[in-house]
Amino acid sequence: MAEASALLEVQDVTKSFGAVAAVQGVSFPLFGGEAHALVGENGAGKSTIVKMLAGVHQPDTGTLRLAGNDVTFAGPADAKAAGIAVIYQEPTLFPDLSVAENIAMGNQPLTRLRQIDRKAMHATAERLFRRLGVHLDPTRPARGLSIADQQLVEIAKALSSEARVLIMDEPTAALSAVEVARLFAVVRSLRDEGAAILFISHRFEEITELCQRVTIMRDGKHVATELVADLTVDDMIRRMVGRDLSALFPKQTVEPGEVMLEVDGLTREGVFRDVSFSVRAGEIVALAGLVGAGRSEVMQAVFGVDPYDSGTVRFQGKRLKPGSPRAAMAAGIALVPEDRRQQGLIMELSIERNVTLPRARKLARLGLLFGGAEREAALTWTQKLQTKLGSLSDAVGTLSGGNQQKVVLAKWLATGPQLLIVDEPTRGIDVGTKAEVHRLMSSLAADGLAVVMVSSELPEVLGMADRIVVLREGRVAAELTRAEATEESVMYAAMGQEVAA
Amino acid sequence: MTPTAMKVPPRFNIMKTRELGIVLALAALVLYTTINNPRFLSGQSIRDNLLNTAILAVMATGQAVVVITRNIDLSVGSVLGISAFAVATMMSDHPGLPMIVAILVGLAVGAAAGLLNGVLVRYGKVPALVVTLGTLYMYRGITYSWAGGSQVNADELPPHFLNFANANLLGVPWLVLIALVVVGATSLVMRNYRVGRELYAMGSSPQAAELAGIKVARNLLGAFILSGALAGLAGVLFAARFGTVDASAGNGYELNVVAAVVVGGVAVFGGSGTVWGAGLGALLLTVISSALAVLDINQFWQQAIVGALIILAICADRLVAVRIARSLRKKDSHG
Repeated sequence: MAEASALLEVQDVTKSFGAVAAVQGVSFPLFGGEAHALVGENGAGKSTIVKMLAGVHQPDTGTLRLAGNDVTFAGPADAKAAGIAVIYQEPTLFPDLSVAENIAMGNQPLTRLRQIDRKAMHATAERLFRRLGVHLDPTRPARGLSIADQQLVEIAKALSSEARVLIMDEPTAALSAVEVARLFAVVRSLRDEGAAILFISHRFEEITELCQRVTIMRDGKHVATELVADLTVDDMIRRMVGRDLSALFPKQTVEPGEVMLEVDGLTREGVFRDVSFSVRAGEIVALAGLVGAGRSEVMQAVFGVDPYDSGTVRFQGKRLKPGSPRAAMAAGIALVPEDRRQQGLIMELSIERNVTLPRARKLARLGLLFGGAEREAALTWTQKLQTKLGSLSDAVGTLSGGNQQKVVLAKWLATGPQLLIVDEPTRGIDVGTKAEVHRLMSSLAADGLAVVMVSSELPEVLGMADRIVVLREGRVAAELTRAEATEESVMYAAMGQEVAA
Repeated sequence: MTPTAMKVPPRFNIMKTRELGIVLALAALVLYTTINNPRFLSGQSIRDNLLNTAILAVMATGQAVVVITRNIDLSVGSVLGISAFAVATMMSDHPGLPMIVAILVGLAVGAAAGLLNGVLVRYGKVPALVVTLGTLYMYRGITYSWAGGSQVNADELPPHFLNFANANLLGVPWLVLIALVVVGATSLVMRNYRVGRELYAMGSSPQAAELAGIKVARNLLGAFILSGALAGLAGVLFAARFGTVDASAGNGYELNVVAAVVVGGVAVFGGSGTVWGAGLGALLLTVISSALAVLDINQFWQQAIVGALIILAICADRLVAVRIARSLRKKDSHG
């Protein structure tokens, strides 16, 4: 491996936003033919580093060196021209344009008349999708793609530019295990062709699997850059958090109470079929399975966001009106959705408004909302969840990902539910916050709350759930108790024959 | 999923029906009106309709490009006014100038006005609605203070300038030919060239456009300059066609232009629609007003009908969006 010269070097960069120093004096090299992990808690400054490399932000002090020369990127176009491709945490697609156009934007193949060569463009998209092993129609618009598919289009976009430096900010957060494996195969082949990879992820097993070198950041500062082989996962976590994490999954054992939710033979044509399970008070039931197995869709149908064709949903013995989230909420069910940006929060509204939104009616006097009651309710729950925030009147969009998730949780816990449905509760949040969210779920269950958790993260499923319902292609493939569940048994059920083969 | 099933581009089909809808509405309107009054399809009537459409279509082209980028240009009526008055004054003072100079001056006056709009929107970070509402009054005010109540009459203008509106090339009036070229060329650029697709991308997701390294500032200024320049060109055509130009020329035109664009299927939130759709929208609005005159319907109804059409167009967009979402979901669940 060519240790001598780095392809891209970050040298002592500092970036402040107003009075907040997001990044202070961080340096690390990216070598060609090497995957480099960047880890740190949410708010450690990883995304700021990414944005500087992408040309979105310019460092206040310090330099970026590309192949030994100082470079300044005035904008994303410069970084792109320098051969840096970025996959952002939040997909950045054009919903009205076709998938192929999204991929080709900026370097569309041209005909002799300098017109866009649509045929070549579609062929490129199809070739990239084949390489990624996904079936997406290049001519369909990007609007309406699932998060996983959007992420795949982002990846295809980055691959299409044949970049020398590929930066991936949590590309796997929305992907299933199979898709992650395919992505890693492609990234490995790029790496072996000499590209430098910067990889950001909260999943340590991915880092140890893919990366050779790791840079650890804490509170905007550089902690260490070392070879991954020299570090254990515990070492990384300790340096990241600056303290020992006693238990990642602090599950309390609870004697389950009466049955709260009974789902019987729930079917929605083409999405899921004959799904039955029950949840008791004090129990955490995980819905596991691959992305696209219909887990979120089942829970959305239970909550009434989506319709279903047949089957019943009973809550505390009473049949729940289908297709009515209002009825579900009135009965005491809360749903924390997967995509918090789109479904869970209103980014421009203040934190307190967001927290009290589902309860606005109850808090209103004479139909008007007064600040006092709102603030009080918001304060109670944000404090209980240890949300890091400046002021309750700040817009939610200004918070980091983990804290946004806490606000979503606060919003629904404030309604005093008896059944909490959480969809990917810890997607894209760091280990420290993750542990807090887990501790919270566990203590809520101990207080008698029934919890249904949809999760793609196996350690989380195994660590938190009392029972695991595994879905495969819209059907219940297995129902496992905590004792029966192992990584193998859940994956086997989720993937069916694929593992055996 | 079979390869053949994958090849069905649902958006394209539905988009096609969107413009097809305008054509059908147009055909039905012409048919009904002709049955009531066969003279509606006479050569003179067709010629009048096309001539009346030409100016609106030229302006709708620029407007469509601006709206596709998720902006709006309300100043086009005033830009038409200032350009028409400037060119008419110039031609009456220097009757020897050839037509091409008049056209170039009109384009230049409009482009300058559009540049100011674009700069204020981009660098002043003020929404286009506010900026162009401001410049609408500003440009009009400048024209009024310049004209000072005077007007340029047809007898002060050189004959070659006035004849331009009626002159033909192989039987097609110059005005119509110019409108066709403007709509056609712009449609082609928007559909097949990088810059066109970038304009769609900017309207579809402004943040993503910045991150994708699209030269957003350049493209945005370009869109406003185009809209201004085409309004300036429309001013020259207006002066040539009507001969008499005072400071109020083109007053209130901006609403017709926006109406044509919206009826033509350009989404007000940017990112979708076509320029030739906007051109069809201009034609439809023009034919409606002349049909109402032929059918002897109170012309006050015309405004109500245009309003209803706008609402219908937006409802149709919503409906199409919902249908696309549903069909895509169905496809995904089987995929």
